Amino acid sequence: MKIVATDRKGAEHIIEGRDGWTVMEILRDAGLPISAECGGACACATCHVYVEGGWYEKLSPPSEAEVDMLDMALAVEPNSRLSCQITCAPELDGIKVTIAPE
Amino acid sequence: MAAPLETDVIIVGAGPIGLFAVFELGLLDLKAHLVDILDRPGGQCTELYPEKPIYDIPGLPIVTGQELSDRLMEQIKPFGAQFHLGQMASALTKLPDGRWKLSTDADIEIVAPVVVIAAGGGSFVPKRPPIAGIEAYEGKGVHYAVRKMDVFRDKNILIAGGGDSALDWTINLAPIAKSLTLVHHRDGFRAAQHSVNQMRELVEQGKIKFEVASVKGLHGADGTLEAVTLAGTDKQERRYECDAFLPFFGLTIKLGPIADFGLNLHENLIPVDTAKFESSTPGVFAIGDINAYAGKLKLILCGFHEAALMAQAAFHICRPNEKLRFQYTTSSSNLQKKLGVA
Repeated sequence: MKIVATDRKGAEHIIEGRDGWTVMEILRDAGLPISAECGGACACATCHVYVEGGWYEKLSPPSEAEVDMLDMALAVEPNSRLSCQITCAPELDGIKVTIAPE
Repeated sequence: MAAPLETDVIIVGAGPIGLFAVFELGLLDLKAHLVDILDRPGGQCTELYPEKPIYDIPGLPIVTGQELSDRLMEQIKPFGAQFHLGQMASALTKLPDGRWKLSTDADIEIVAPVVVIAAGGGSFVPKRPPIAGIEAYEGKGVHYAVRKMDVFRDKNILIAGGGDSALDWTINLAPIAKSLTLVHHRDGFRAAQHSVNQMRELVEQGKIKFEVASVKGLHGADGTLEAVTLAGTDKQERRYECDAFLPFFGLTIKLGPIADFGLNLHENLIPVDTAKFESSTPGVFAIGDINAYAGKLKLILCGFHEAALMAQAAFHICRPNEKLRFQYTTSSSNLQKKLGVA
């Protein structure tokens, strides 16, 4: 599966995802500037992304813990998600995410 | 400013690795002072995930961030380390006698022959909303904390956020504000339920306002705030008059003044050797998440190992004329005395 990620400068990166990995891990592994301070524990809101292009609706809805943690994220929009809570899977091939400002 | 404090080792950062360093140094009779910007020990463990379980601490099949910090504090108690909490290590200078002087933003100075940077990713600082030009208002029109409530008396206050700080300050500042509006991106909060109830009562009584909206721009001059641009769920932007804006989005980690300590840095990390975990500046060590070396893993257990090796090297700097006696806590009555168990 592919992830189409837009960085904070607006550049688009097409990255190969891996089933079972989180989108945060894929972005971090690709060297994109996502801080993910807590390491994927849904405890810091620093892996905040906007899910674009109709993909937000295709994801399973955020857990209560994620919705709560998004309260600590900056510049939250209706399509905001924490990328550590999105798991790569074949049906997400082509998912578009934009890294939120920090 | 008071006379500088003198010790053997200054530890920057009171996270798990800084705390365990106290233990390893203590076994060698080296005294330590710790500085941390947070107001309690534990670093990321207690700030980011106090309730979350950690499963990879050797010998502790499951332990939460808070428990790990508490157990480490118990373990290092015999060594009487001094903590300087709630202050940022702001400058490091070399003294003519070869020792180091660390200054904090609370005007404390500590002098020691060895400095250990155990600062993780750096300092926890308030998250700054990505609003153009916000820096110019900080400290005048924009505040990330309330130090003196009186500063906000008779002001038109705008608070943003949905956590406990946002709700607590909404409730506490409401009685003294001229007007107060809370904005948040949703009509739901991660704050304590009784605070949310209290806030909603104030809204019903007409004492404050709550809006689902976010701040998009700031207006004013010379740091004095006159108004903000708000955008609600309909995305329509409008001007909202206020003279104090308090965004509460928790903390994030920035390297901070360590960048100006004069140490060799590589991508915000301090390269070290793997025998002593010393930086390229003699006498300054780096352990835990902040260091870099071939094969580095950012794991708490690796930081513990780094602390043990650092302590051996620190001993030779602090006690150049003494022989280091390597002993085991299991068998050494000498060590057991230090630990207060023999």
